[in-house]
Amino acid sequence: MRYAIPLVVLVALIGLFIFGLQSDPRLVPSPLIGKAAPAFDLPTLDGQPQRMSQADLQGAPVLVNFFASWCAGCQEEHPYLMQLSRNSQVKLVGIDYKDAEADLRPWLTRKGNPYGQILTDLEGRAGIDWGVYGVPETFVLDAKGTILYKQVGPMTPEVWEHEIQPLLKATS
Amino acid sequence: MIPELGHFAVILALGVALLQAIVPLLGWRRRDARLLSFAGSAAQGQFLCVAAAYASLTYCFVTKDFSVAYVAENDHSQLPLIYRITAVWGAHEGSLLLWVLILSGWTLAVSVFNRRLPLDMSALVLSVLGMVSTGFYLFILLTSSPFTRLVPAPAEGHDLNPILQDPGLAIHPPMLYMGYVGFSVAFAFAIAALITGRLDAAWARWTRPWTTTAWMFLTMGITLGSWWAYKELGWGGWWFWDPVENASFMPWLAGTALIHSLAVTEKRGLLKSWTVLLAILAFSLSLLGTFLVRSGVLVSVHAFASDPSRGMFILAFMAVVVGGALTLYAWRAPKLVTTGELKLFSREGLLLFNNVFLVAACAAVLLGTLYPLALDAMHLGKISVGPPYFNAVFLPMITPLFLLVGLAAVVPWKRGDWRETVRRLRWPAVIAVILGVLLPFALHGRTTLLAATGALLGTWAIFAAAQDVWRRMRAKLEWRAGLRAVPRAVWGMTLAHIGLGIWALGVSGVISFGDEKDVRLARGAETELGGYSFRFQEAGEQSGPNYTAQQGTVLVEHGGRVVATLHPQKRLYPSQGTVLTESSIDAGLMRDLYVSLGEGYDDGSWSLRVYYKPMIRMIWLGGIFMFFGGLLAASDKRYRLARAAERRAIEIAEGAVA
Repeated sequence: MRYAIPLVVLVALIGLFIFGLQSDPRLVPSPLIGKAAPAFDLPTLDGQPQRMSQADLQGAPVLVNFFASWCAGCQEEHPYLMQLSRNSQVKLVGIDYKDAEADLRPWLTRKGNPYGQILTDLEGRAGIDWGVYGVPETFVLDAKGTILYKQVGPMTPEVWEHEIQPLLKATS
Repeated sequence: MIPELGHFAVILALGVALLQAIVPLLGWRRRDARLLSFAGSAAQGQFLCVAAAYASLTYCFVTKDFSVAYVAENDHSQLPLIYRITAVWGAHEGSLLLWVLILSGWTLAVSVFNRRLPLDMSALVLSVLGMVSTGFYLFILLTSSPFTRLVPAPAEGHDLNPILQDPGLAIHPPMLYMGYVGFSVAFAFAIAALITGRLDAAWARWTRPWTTTAWMFLTMGITLGSWWAYKELGWGGWWFWDPVENASFMPWLAGTALIHSLAVTEKRGLLKSWTVLLAILAFSLSLLGTFLVRSGVLVSVHAFASDPSRGMFILAFMAVVVGGALTLYAWRAPKLVTTGELKLFSREGLLLFNNVFLVAACAAVLLGTLYPLALDAMHLGKISVGPPYFNAVFLPMITPLFLLVGLAAVVPWKRGDWRETVRRLRWPAVIAVILGVLLPFALHGRTTLLAATGALLGTWAIFAAAQDVWRRMRAKLEWRAGLRAVPRAVWGMTLAHIGLGIWALGVSGVISFGDEKDVRLARGAETELGGYSFRFQEAGEQSGPNYTAQQGTVLVEHGGRVVATLHPQKRLYPSQGTVLTESSIDAGLMRDLYVSLGEGYDDGSWSLRVYYKPMIRMIWLGGIFMFFGGLLAASDKRYRLARAAERRAIEIAEGAVA
């Protein structure tokens, strides 16, 4: 009987791995959810106003999208962000993460600008405070500036319809 | 045309592998020597097919054929030739092709070197290897063909992941795979033994050189991986207990246990079913490693290699291979029990302890690696298990191994003699105690508990191992004759155990006395660390073949003298938009000085990370000693002589029956 023990262990491990394959290990819940957005003070791209802080995000729900011109996932989600900015009521704020203005401006000209406001975080300091570990990441904030949701990776219609819209409806 | 030929060659290899798996089994059932001997030809044919497939993929990389999707993903027109060749295994599909190439290379080697083995044993071993290959060819063809075309072909490739553009990484995966895949031979021998029921000293002797060879490559692969992580990731660490590192370390621990238990099975005919189980485990853990790396079940610094959609296939494959093997084991192993006497104070008794500690350490690593997944499965939250767990659990578990290692050469088989043991080991013990106390003071001017323990255990392993060779040298009148009389197997064991001692000196030294600092320095400013002063001279632009870099110049002074000029870089690879830090290291046997470049500021100052790493080279030097130890042990001539003698004996016996 004891010769069958290894087999039993194997079956248990395989069960564990089947579970593991069905869950995405990158979906780590952000500790910031339910908390106020971290403080920041960043220059804006167009200079009007010169700088913005977390207080300027309050008043209405807003999507804060960390992106960069060098990032492939951002190119992927870009058309959908364009569509969102045309069709939806929610405000979109982009934070340009570890990027150069010289690269960003032609990128926006070429692909279009979905953002109501772009802040530049050239050294990635704000990114650290927000717990960004890769771009794109999108935070959903309610009117009081509380973080409701964090999307890691490109924004998709599924995420928007099934996760974010219900949250926004519930708060308004 | 060339990629299609490559694809076709893989299909052909699949066909040959299937035949190689099935025909010898039929031959064994029908006792048909012609069917049995087909295995060897199949193994050779299969190797030709895979080699052709591999060569055609390499050709696509060298000629920058971006119409092949995998090449477009991992090649770039500006990539230097050497990295275009190594880029073949830079991502999933090509890694798998390298894997099957190596598996088929091992199979070829078995078919050549096993000619002296009994035909049925050698044919069954090849049959099992054929089954394993079949699974991997199916995996390639069904989910991960590297030859898929991309229409329309892009004008430029996406480039090899810059982190992989490094000579250390160029040879790290092939070495690692040589080890992983090499355990498949021990696995196949174990299965053949379970099928035939022939599990004797001869079986252990056939299996030993294969196992040792695989182990030695795995040792080198892990060592190179550690060295690469140290110099390329820019964190100054040499081991992170990352899931993927653990995935390579677990088969190493099981393989190390296997090497030792095989010795017991060969010399004393004991621990048979345990040895077979270890052979199955070592290869199963190699497969597990592949699964963990390729499926993305766990997050790690190696995440660049992962893809969840393929995980199911490897999991199913693993379930079939390992499940099949363990079922066979549960069914057949009870018949292999031997009732020999095993005294605890004897070489076999000590080797049993060695096995217990190694397997326990392996289980601890497995537990730590899978624990986050298990908690998540039970909805108990997401956690990650880090170095504190592994250091707390692993270090105490391997400490007894060091005490055992010193006894290895001294305690004889069957029955040890306390008095003789003490007589022969008193000087190594005295030296170890003295050096354990003094060495940290002599090298670093102070000591800690860890440093003293490390120095004690390390020097104990080194001197206890060396005394065996010393004694053998003194046994002859003329010392050179004495040295020549030392068998390679003994040299191998001695070198490997000395390597372990050197490793312990390195680990305890770097943990106890290593230092690091994050500083922001203006031009001309300096900072002190470990008795060295680091002066930041300047930063400027540099350009490489496929990147541009910011390069800093740091002068290191010690005692008023410039000892090194370091040039840490921050590289931008425009093809992927990736920024990499290329740390600069002044390496020495006793200490490394390590600088990596952080962020530049508008006022011309830079943030720098500065490390003082005493004795860190000893860690990899230990690995190199173990590698050469394995090489010597595997090439001992008694394996060759014994095989020839057995072959003759079998021929005579067969002749007598006929």
